[in-house]
Amino acid sequence: MENILSLLIWIPILGAIVVAFLPRDNENLVRYTSAAVTGLQFIVAIVLWRKFDPSNGSMQFMERYEWIPSLNISYILGVDGLSLPMVLLTAMLFFIGVFVSWNIKKAVKGYFALYLLLNAGVVGVFLSLDFFLFYIFWEVMLLPMYFLIGMWGGPQREYAAIKFFLYTLFGSVLMLIGILGLYFTCGKTFDILLIMERAPEALDGVLWWGMSAAKVIWVLVFIGFAIKVPVFPFHTWLPLAHVEAPTAISVLLAGILLKLGVYGIIRVNYGIMPDQVYWFAGGLAFLGLVNVLWGGLCALAQTDLKKLVAYSSINHMGYSLLGMAAVVAAGEMNGGDIKAAQAGLSGAVFQMFNHGTISAMLFILVGVVYERAHHRDIDGFGGLASQMPIYTGITALAFFAGLGLPGFSGFVSEAMCFIGAFPVFKTIVILSTIGILLNAAYFLWAFQRVFFGKLNEKYKDMEEINSLELFTVIPLAIITLFFGLYPGPYLDLIKSTMDQIIEKIAFVATYAVM
Amino acid sequence: MTNFQSLEFFVPELILVITILAALITDLFLKKSKTDLIGWVLGIGLVIVGLSVLNLSSVPATTLFSDAIVIDPFSSFMKIVIIISTLLVIAASWANKELENYRKGEYFTIMGIMVLGLFLMTSSVDIIMLYVSIEVVSIMSFILAAYLKLDTRSNEAGLKYVIYGAFSSGVMLFGLSIVYGLTGSTSYFDIQESIFSMDSSANAALIMALLMIFAGFGYKISSVPFHFWTPDVYEGSPTTITAYLSVAPKAAGFAMIIRFFHQIFSDSIALTGTAIGSTDLPWPEIIGVLAVVTMTMGNLVAIQQNSIKRMLAYSSIAHAGYMMLALPVLSMEAIESIMIYLFVYVFMNLGAFFIVITVKNKTGGETFDDYQGLGWKMPVVGSLMTLFMLSLTGLPPTAGFVGKLYIFKTLVGAGSDFLWLVVAGGINSVISLYYYFHVVKVMFLGGERSDTISYPPSLMFGLMVFTAIPSLLLGLYWNPLASWVKDSLVFYTQVM
Repeated sequence: MENILSLLIWIPILGAIVVAFLPRDNENLVRYTSAAVTGLQFIVAIVLWRKFDPSNGSMQFMERYEWIPSLNISYILGVDGLSLPMVLLTAMLFFIGVFVSWNIKKAVKGYFALYLLLNAGVVGVFLSLDFFLFYIFWEVMLLPMYFLIGMWGGPQREYAAIKFFLYTLFGSVLMLIGILGLYFTCGKTFDILLIMERAPEALDGVLWWGMSAAKVIWVLVFIGFAIKVPVFPFHTWLPLAHVEAPTAISVLLAGILLKLGVYGIIRVNYGIMPDQVYWFAGGLAFLGLVNVLWGGLCALAQTDLKKLVAYSSINHMGYSLLGMAAVVAAGEMNGGDIKAAQAGLSGAVFQMFNHGTISAMLFILVGVVYERAHHRDIDGFGGLASQMPIYTGITALAFFAGLGLPGFSGFVSEAMCFIGAFPVFKTIVILSTIGILLNAAYFLWAFQRVFFGKLNEKYKDMEEINSLELFTVIPLAIITLFFGLYPGPYLDLIKSTMDQIIEKIAFVATYAVM
Repeated sequence: MTNFQSLEFFVPELILVITILAALITDLFLKKSKTDLIGWVLGIGLVIVGLSVLNLSSVPATTLFSDAIVIDPFSSFMKIVIIISTLLVIAASWANKELENYRKGEYFTIMGIMVLGLFLMTSSVDIIMLYVSIEVVSIMSFILAAYLKLDTRSNEAGLKYVIYGAFSSGVMLFGLSIVYGLTGSTSYFDIQESIFSMDSSANAALIMALLMIFAGFGYKISSVPFHFWTPDVYEGSPTTITAYLSVAPKAAGFAMIIRFFHQIFSDSIALTGTAIGSTDLPWPEIIGVLAVVTMTMGNLVAIQQNSIKRMLAYSSIAHAGYMMLALPVLSMEAIESIMIYLFVYVFMNLGAFFIVITVKNKTGGETFDDYQGLGWKMPVVGSLMTLFMLSLTGLPPTAGFVGKLYIFKTLVGAGSDFLWLVVAGGINSVISLYYYFHVVKVMFLGGERSDTISYPPSLMFGLMVFTAIPSLLLGLYWNPLASWVKDSLVFYTQVM
């Protein structure tokens, strides 16, 4: 178990190679192999979780190997309270995703090989602690995603795929420039932990284009991550990609890939340039507000069920941004309210996880009805409740979780984000509560149109949700309910790491410039 | 060193000359269908030349023939790059169906003469030698571009090439003569010495001369605004020659530019140093702007192409632009990054052209329509093409990314004066993604599963794999390349 983190990354890579060499006509063999590979990875992730020491906020299970010594590039992996839940979520959703993809008919082998490659890229980003490695994994995700959307997607798939690719690449190029800036200012190293140590001092007083280099780098890196989140106004690729992607890929896109953005902001921007948080937090909170309102309003206007869920993602990530902005409460000039900062940051990280489970559930459920009706027009259904009672029940649960009803995990994390942000950003928090209203409105309205009213005659023979589909949704529903009633275990897991981040941000407040 | 002593260090070129003569003579005795054999003669000769270049790379840097050319690790590196690309192109020429109806004897022989010219380009330190070597390469390129004498487009290519070539080398020669007039010498070392001590009243003339000389250099590496010949010549020439022109002369051209500016105008730290500073010419800015315009123009026009060959022609203009990004800095680090970029570019670009040749042999066309569904019909070719496109875009984990990383790293490290170049380069690689992935889209997204899968002929398949391996592996582990380039970063210089 020495190299457990490498195992998490290399299992899917080897799996992808194996799948690529399986005979292309034996489709079931490909499916079972993929399920076995992701299942194995999930088991390893659970072992990692059991061995993880939550009381230690620093990196654990570190691995370090020389790679390209001439540029000081190393292969460094590590996991802490911020990345561990994400790794667990990734392993779980990829395992579930195999079953969601079970009915893929076209080029099964290619699909699963790319799927496993995507898996490796995502886990790699969460685990790598060397910027070069981080960047490689970040980019390795793009190619499989391009093909998965472009080959197995809906009618506009080619446009959606290239748009996704171009947007993300644009962001990552800016990020690369930021990374190179850090490389040179912090003593020619790509080691993230080392840069974290050196950056505040090394960046102090360095100017780029007459501006503070730290601010320029912050913005460059932030844009890279913001496109992934996606933060308004970089969000336009998302609804398109979501709608065109096959169900499993939408699940992963919403469930995990968007989280990479938030993860990156906390790991890189907060971790390396904590003094700049004070400068940017107001803007971040404002962007959060825009995301909440804009996402909510757009969701309200949708007639396509999947697009509605896609916009709800933008809306939900807004709460996360708001929670992240709340860390500045820890600064002295803001009253040194450590409690608020803790609530905000933990809320943001928790929201990330919850949105991962809830949106995954929503996308799977949309996929279920799409597979039967071959359209997702909200007004094209009606009265499905009488035809598919179990499906209706589960969807109701997922929608309630999505709109943040108390008792579901989404409520806890959203409330934490609000509580944390309130002391510093009162107006913004008050305004963004309108988002909750929108949230409820679009979910309930859509629910009403799809499930209540008179049964649409076309769908009187619609099949009930089957056991395979139930198998993919139920675990997510259980997690949502469990954390809604008892969020303790999750918050304990991340607490030490969150405290460490906040401590650092509170410490630099003494010399941070607003 | 005197002429006679120099011969000992001129062995690679001498072997090359013997090879060329052998090729010429053998050709006399062969039937048309057997002329592929000349390729073997040249290939084996080049391998021996390569070995003797490696053998000489350990001798201390020195000048030959009374300061006309130098041998130093830098020129050895460039010579090896040229030999590798020539060998690959020779092999591809055997399989290229466009050449089927022609005798290939002269074709290979001319290629050999071109290699000789390229060798001299990489190592000349005398403006006369410089001019002669450029002309040797140019004239051979004209003939090769027009080699398909029954094809009007090939003839057009040759003619256009001649006209542009004659014009730009004329301008360059004029510039060189002004430099000679100002400094009274043809040797780089003497020129450097007199420029450093020159009266500032001569600045205007020097600036004129520099710009004129750069016209010649820019023509060789197809930099905007001296690029107009590139698309037509690349499109009309036999595809193997297009592939060759896009790598080998470009490598030699960059070697020549680096040596010229590094030797004459830098204080051996950076181009921004004293010599250029004293001429009031914003030289780094001029080259920077040219680089940005070159890659932007190349990329934007490449988007609109229907023919993949023509698209690759414009993309090669864009790649010249990426490499030029590092020229304004011209520190050792910058030269290192250009060398690494050139090395990986040879493999990824030749690989892409090999696929164009394979597809053309099979379908007779080179437009996007001919690639429709290729990924399904020929999955191996489709996947390798995807790899080359990824690498040309510069996405990790491919070699192209490492090339771009080094260029960007140089610029970020050189300070905030050059940051705008990085931003421009970054945005350009996003633009290039669009057209490179247009190929991928057509190959995979536009097709359907086909039941018959075909594979390329074994020679082309071997060449593709041979270029694909470095295109991928150098993106994951390039330490050996990096240390080889570092060792080759030794120039022969005479300090004043």
